[in-house]
Amino acid sequence: MIYRRMFGLPTWNVRSPFQELERMRNQMYSFLSNVSGSGLPSLHAGVFPSINLTEDQNHYYVRAELPGISANDLEIQATGNNLSISGERKIEAEKDNVRYHRKEREAGKFSRAISLPGDINPDGVSASLDNGILKVSVPKAEKAKPKQITIN
Amino acid sequence: MTEAEAKELKVKEKQEVSTDAEQTRPGAVYTPDVDIFESEKELTLLADMPGVTSDTLTIDLRDDILTLTGEAESDDEKTEERLVVEYGVGKYYRQFTLSEVIDQEKITANLKDGVLRLVMPKVEKATPRKITVNAG
Repeated sequence: MIYRRMFGLPTWNVRSPFQELERMRNQMYSFLSNVSGSGLPSLHAGVFPSINLTEDQNHYYVRAELPGISANDLEIQATGNNLSISGERKIEAEKDNVRYHRKEREAGKFSRAISLPGDINPDGVSASLDNGILKVSVPKAEKAKPKQITIN
Repeated sequence: MTEAEAKELKVKEKQEVSTDAEQTRPGAVYTPDVDIFESEKELTLLADMPGVTSDTLTIDLRDDILTLTGEAESDDEKTEERLVVEYGVGKYYRQFTLSEVIDQEKITANLKDGVLRLVMPKVEKATPRKITVNAG
Protein backbone atom coordinates (compact mmCIF):
# COMPACT_ATOMS: atom_id res chain seq x y z
CA MET A 1 0.00 0.00 0.00
CA ILE A 2 1.32 3.39 -0.86
CA TYR A 3 1.18 5.85 2.00
CA ARG A 4 1.33 9.57 1.65
CA ARG A 5 4.14 10.97 3.74
CA MET A 6 4.04 14.31 5.45
CA PHE A 7 7.29 15.40 3.91
CA GLY A 8 8.95 13.92 0.92
CA LEU A 9 7.79 11.49 -1.72
CA PRO A 10 5.05 8.95 -1.08
CA THR A 11 6.35 5.66 0.13
CA TRP A 12 5.05 2.17 0.51
CA ASN A 13 7.48 1.03 3.07
CA VAL A 14 5.82 2.40 6.19
CA ARG A 15 4.60 0.11 8.95
CA SER A 16 2.24 2.68 10.34
CA PRO A 17 1.17 6.10 9.12
CA PHE A 18 2.51 7.59 12.32
CA GLN A 19 6.04 6.38 11.84
CA GLU A 20 6.99 9.65 10.25
CA LEU A 21 5.68 11.63 13.19
CA GLU A 22 7.40 9.35 15.65
CA ARG A 23 10.69 9.80 13.90
CA MET A 24 10.31 13.56 14.01
CA ARG A 25 9.39 13.42 17.66
CA ASN A 26 12.37 11.25 18.55
CA GLN A 27 14.67 13.62 16.71
CA MET A 28 13.22 16.53 18.62
CA TYR A 29 13.69 14.78 21.93
CA SER A 30 17.27 13.85 21.24
CA PHE A 31 17.86 17.45 20.31
CA LEU A 32 16.27 18.56 23.58
CA SER A 33 18.35 16.19 25.62
CA ASN A 34 21.47 17.73 24.17
CA VAL A 35 20.24 21.15 25.14
CA SER A 36 18.70 20.49 28.54
CA GLY A 37 19.19 17.86 31.19
CA SER A 38 16.80 14.98 31.00
CA GLY A 39 15.13 15.58 27.65
CA LEU A 40 12.81 12.71 27.00
CA PRO A 41 9.46 12.96 28.76
CA SER A 42 8.28 9.43 29.16
CA LEU A 43 5.71 7.95 26.84
CA HIS A 44 2.56 7.25 28.74
CA ALA A 45 -0.80 5.94 27.90
CA GLY A 46 -1.92 7.71 31.03
CA VAL A 47 -3.34 4.58 32.56
CA PHE A 48 -2.16 2.72 35.62
CA PRO A 49 -0.04 0.59 35.64
CA SER A 50 2.92 1.64 33.55
CA ILE A 51 4.17 -1.25 31.48
CA ASN A 52 7.24 -2.23 29.59
CA LEU A 53 6.61 -4.34 26.53
CA THR A 54 9.42 -6.38 25.05
CA GLU A 55 9.61 -9.22 22.58
CA ASP A 56 11.91 -11.95 21.47
CA GLN A 57 11.43 -14.50 18.75
CA ASN A 58 8.69 -16.52 20.37
CA HIS A 59 7.12 -14.35 23.04
CA TYR A 60 5.94 -10.95 24.02
CA TYR A 61 6.73 -9.96 27.57
CA VAL A 62 4.72 -7.44 29.53
CA ARG A 63 6.15 -6.15 32.79
CA ALA A 64 4.46 -3.90 35.28
CA GLU A 65 5.36 -2.64 38.73
CA LEU A 66 2.60 -3.58 41.15
CA PRO A 67 3.93 -3.40 44.69
CA GLY A 68 1.77 -4.54 47.54
CA ILE A 69 -0.64 -6.49 45.36
CA SER A 70 -1.25 -10.17 45.94
CA ALA A 71 -2.13 -12.58 43.18
CA ASN A 72 -5.72 -12.85 44.44
CA ASP A 73 -6.38 -9.20 43.74
CA LEU A 74 -5.07 -9.38 40.22
CA GLU A 75 -6.83 -10.55 37.09
CA ILE A 76 -5.19 -11.10 33.74
CA GLN A 77 -7.14 -11.94 30.62
CA ALA A 78 -6.07 -12.61 27.06
CA THR A 79 -8.60 -12.13 24.28
CA GLY A 80 -7.70 -11.90 20.64
CA ASN A 81 -4.54 -9.85 20.51
CA ASN A 82 -5.31 -7.96 23.68
CA LEU A 83 -4.06 -8.50 27.17
CA SER A 84 -5.99 -6.97 30.01
CA ILE A 85 -4.59 -6.43 33.48
CA SER A 86 -6.96 -5.34 36.20
CA GLY A 87 -7.20 -5.53 39.91
CA GLU A 88 -7.18 -3.61 43.11
CA ARG A 89 -4.47 -2.45 45.38
CA LYS A 90 -5.48 -2.54 49.00
CA ILE A 91 -3.61 -0.85 51.76
CA GLU A 92 -4.36 -2.36 55.10
CA ALA A 93 -5.66 -0.03 57.74
CA GLU A 94 -3.32 0.57 60.59
CA LYS A 95 -4.18 0.74 64.25
CA ASP A 96 -6.41 3.55 65.32
CA ASN A 97 -4.37 6.10 67.12
CA VAL A 98 -1.62 6.67 64.62
CA ARG A 99 -0.50 10.00 63.34
CA TYR A 100 0.53 10.21 59.72
CA HIS A 101 3.49 12.29 58.74
CA ARG A 102 3.51 11.26 55.13
CA LYS A 103 1.09 9.37 52.98
CA GLU A 104 2.26 8.99 49.41
CA ARG A 105 1.15 5.50 48.53
CA GLU A 106 -2.26 5.13 46.97
CA ALA A 107 -4.80 2.36 46.95
CA GLY A 108 -7.55 1.71 44.48
CA LYS A 109 -8.73 -0.16 41.45
CA PHE A 110 -7.02 -0.25 38.10
CA SER A 111 -7.66 -1.75 34.72
CA ARG A 112 -5.60 -1.58 31.57
CA ALA A 113 -5.92 -3.19 28.18
CA ILE A 114 -2.80 -3.64 26.12
CA SER A 115 -3.02 -4.39 22.45
CA LEU A 116 -0.12 -6.56 21.30
CA PRO A 117 1.43 -5.87 17.94
CA GLY A 118 1.08 -9.36 16.50
CA ASP A 119 -1.04 -12.46 16.73
CA ILE A 120 -0.78 -14.34 19.97
CA ASN A 121 -1.63 -17.75 21.30
CA PRO A 122 -3.95 -17.04 24.26
CA ASP A 123 -3.63 -20.55 25.65
CA GLY A 124 0.02 -20.37 26.49
CA VAL A 125 -0.01 -17.12 28.46
CA SER A 126 1.78 -17.36 31.78
CA ALA A 127 2.34 -14.76 34.47
CA SER A 128 4.43 -14.42 37.58
CA LEU A 129 4.33 -11.88 40.37
CA ASP A 130 7.60 -11.56 42.28
CA ASN A 131 8.65 -8.80 44.63
CA GLY A 132 5.92 -6.58 43.29
CA ILE A 133 6.84 -7.01 39.64
CA LEU A 134 4.35 -8.67 37.33
CA LYS A 135 5.77 -10.40 34.30
CA VAL A 136 3.42 -11.83 31.70
CA SER A 137 4.82 -14.05 28.95
CA VAL A 138 2.60 -14.18 25.90
CA PRO A 139 3.56 -16.70 23.22
CA LYS A 140 3.24 -15.56 19.65
CA ALA A 141 0.96 -17.45 17.33
CA GLU A 142 2.83 -19.85 15.11
CA LYS A 143 2.07 -17.93 11.98
CA ALA A 144 3.36 -14.72 13.52
CA LYS A 145 6.82 -16.04 14.34
CA PRO A 146 9.59 -15.03 11.99
CA LYS A 147 10.62 -17.88 9.75
CA GLN A 148 14.14 -18.34 8.61
CA ILE A 149 14.40 -18.92 4.93
CA THR A 150 17.49 -20.77 3.80
CA ILE A 151 19.10 -19.88 0.55
CA ASN A 152 20.16 -22.77 -1.57
CA MET B 1 -28.21 3.80 49.08
CA THR B 2 -25.38 4.72 46.76
CA GLU B 3 -22.39 2.44 47.11
CA ALA B 4 -19.07 4.03 47.49
CA GLU B 5 -16.90 3.09 44.53
CA ALA B 6 -13.35 2.23 45.18
CA LYS B 7 -11.22 5.02 43.88
CA GLU B 8 -9.41 4.33 40.65
CA LEU B 9 -5.67 4.44 40.65
CA LYS B 10 -4.10 7.11 38.52
CA VAL B 11 -0.83 6.58 36.85
CA LYS B 12 2.11 8.28 38.48
CA GLU B 13 5.50 8.71 36.97
CA LYS B 14 8.44 7.44 38.90
CA GLN B 15 10.22 10.34 40.51
CA GLU B 16 13.79 10.46 39.45
CA VAL B 17 16.28 11.94 41.81
CA SER B 18 19.50 13.71 40.98
CA THR B 19 21.96 13.00 43.72
CA ASP B 20 24.82 15.28 44.51
CA ALA B 21 27.34 12.50 44.70
CA GLU B 22 28.12 10.80 41.45
CA GLN B 23 27.28 7.17 41.24
CA THR B 24 29.89 4.57 40.65
CA ARG B 25 27.59 2.64 38.38
CA PRO B 26 25.41 4.35 35.81
CA GLY B 27 21.67 4.14 36.09
CA ALA B 28 18.64 6.06 37.16
CA VAL B 29 17.81 6.59 40.81
CA TYR B 30 14.20 6.85 41.84
CA THR B 31 12.45 8.03 44.97
CA PRO B 32 10.14 5.40 46.44
CA ASP B 33 6.72 6.42 47.73
CA VAL B 34 6.53 6.14 51.49
CA ASP B 35 3.96 6.29 54.23
CA ILE B 36 5.25 7.34 57.61
CA PHE B 37 3.16 7.25 60.72
CA GLU B 38 3.78 7.02 64.39
CA SER B 39 1.98 5.77 67.41
CA GLU B 40 2.97 6.29 70.99
CA LYS B 41 5.54 3.58 71.03
CA GLU B 42 6.91 3.28 67.56
CA LEU B 43 7.51 4.87 64.22
CA THR B 44 6.52 2.91 61.13
CA LEU B 45 7.65 3.46 57.60
CA LEU B 46 6.18 1.73 54.55
CA ALA B 47 7.98 2.11 51.23
CA ASP B 48 7.00 0.87 47.78
CA MET B 49 10.09 -0.60 46.20
CA PRO B 50 9.04 -3.09 43.55
CA GLY B 51 11.77 -5.38 42.27
CA VAL B 52 13.91 -5.04 45.37
CA THR B 53 14.83 -8.13 47.33
CA SER B 54 16.36 -8.38 50.76
CA ASP B 55 19.79 -8.86 49.17
CA THR B 56 19.70 -5.57 47.36
CA LEU B 57 18.12 -3.52 50.13
CA THR B 58 20.21 -1.50 52.57
CA ILE B 59 18.76 0.26 55.58
CA ASP B 60 21.13 2.54 57.38
CA LEU B 61 20.43 4.49 60.53
CA ARG B 62 23.10 6.67 62.05
CA ASP B 63 23.13 10.10 63.58
CA ASP B 64 19.35 10.18 63.38
CA ILE B 65 19.45 9.91 59.61
CA LEU B 66 17.66 6.96 58.05
CA THR B 67 18.82 6.01 54.56
CA LEU B 68 17.03 3.52 52.34
CA THR B 69 18.83 2.17 49.32
CA GLY B 70 17.49 -0.54 47.08
CA GLU B 71 18.27 -1.87 43.70
CA ALA B 72 15.78 -3.44 41.35
CA GLU B 73 17.21 -5.92 38.94
CA SER B 74 15.95 -5.97 35.40
CA ASP B 75 15.86 -9.57 34.28
CA ASP B 76 17.31 -10.62 30.96
CA GLU B 77 16.13 -7.67 28.98
CA LYS B 78 19.29 -7.93 26.99
CA THR B 79 17.88 -10.76 24.91
CA GLU B 80 14.58 -9.02 24.31
CA GLU B 81 13.75 -6.18 22.03
CA ARG B 82 11.98 -3.22 23.59
CA LEU B 83 8.69 -2.14 22.10
CA VAL B 84 7.15 0.09 24.73
CA VAL B 85 9.02 1.51 27.71
CA GLU B 86 6.89 3.43 30.19
CA TYR B 87 8.94 3.12 33.32
CA GLY B 88 12.60 2.82 34.07
CA VAL B 89 14.25 0.27 36.30
CA GLY B 90 16.98 1.38 38.62
CA LYS B 91 17.91 2.13 42.16
CA TYR B 92 15.75 3.50 44.90
CA TYR B 93 17.09 6.00 47.37
CA ARG B 94 15.54 8.09 50.08
CA GLN B 95 16.79 9.71 53.25
CA PHE B 96 14.95 10.89 56.32
CA THR B 97 15.95 12.73 59.44
CA LEU B 98 14.29 11.24 62.46
CA SER B 99 13.23 13.55 65.20
CA GLU B 100 12.52 10.80 67.68
CA VAL B 101 15.20 8.78 69.33
CA ILE B 102 14.94 5.21 68.14
CA ASP B 103 15.91 2.08 69.96
CA GLN B 104 18.15 0.62 67.30
CA GLU B 105 18.25 -2.85 68.77
CA LYS B 106 14.56 -3.37 68.26
CA ILE B 107 14.10 -2.21 64.70
CA THR B 108 12.32 -4.75 62.52
CA ALA B 109 12.20 -4.74 58.74
CA ASN B 110 9.94 -6.79 56.54
CA LEU B 111 10.02 -6.86 52.75
CA LYS B 112 7.05 -8.43 51.03
CA ASP B 113 5.68 -7.99 47.49
CA GLY B 114 8.02 -5.10 46.96
CA VAL B 115 6.81 -3.20 50.02
CA LEU B 116 9.19 -2.51 52.88
CA ARG B 117 7.73 -2.24 56.34
CA LEU B 118 10.13 -0.74 58.83
CA VAL B 119 9.05 -0.58 62.44
CA MET B 120 11.21 1.52 64.72
CA PRO B 121 10.33 1.48 68.39
CA LYS B 122 11.01 4.68 70.23
CA VAL B 123 13.28 4.71 73.20
CA GLU B 124 11.19 4.36 76.29
CA LYS B 125 11.11 7.53 78.17
CA ALA B 126 12.69 7.31 81.55
CA THR B 127 9.89 6.15 83.79
CA PRO B 128 9.65 8.24 86.92
CA ARG B 129 10.94 6.33 89.86
CA LYS B 130 10.12 6.91 93.38
CA ILE B 131 13.23 7.12 95.47
CA THR B 132 12.74 5.99 98.96
CA VAL B 133 14.69 7.74 101.62
CA ASN B 134 16.19 5.53 104.23
CA ALA B 135 16.15 7.04 107.63
CA GLY B 136 19.35 7.13 109.53
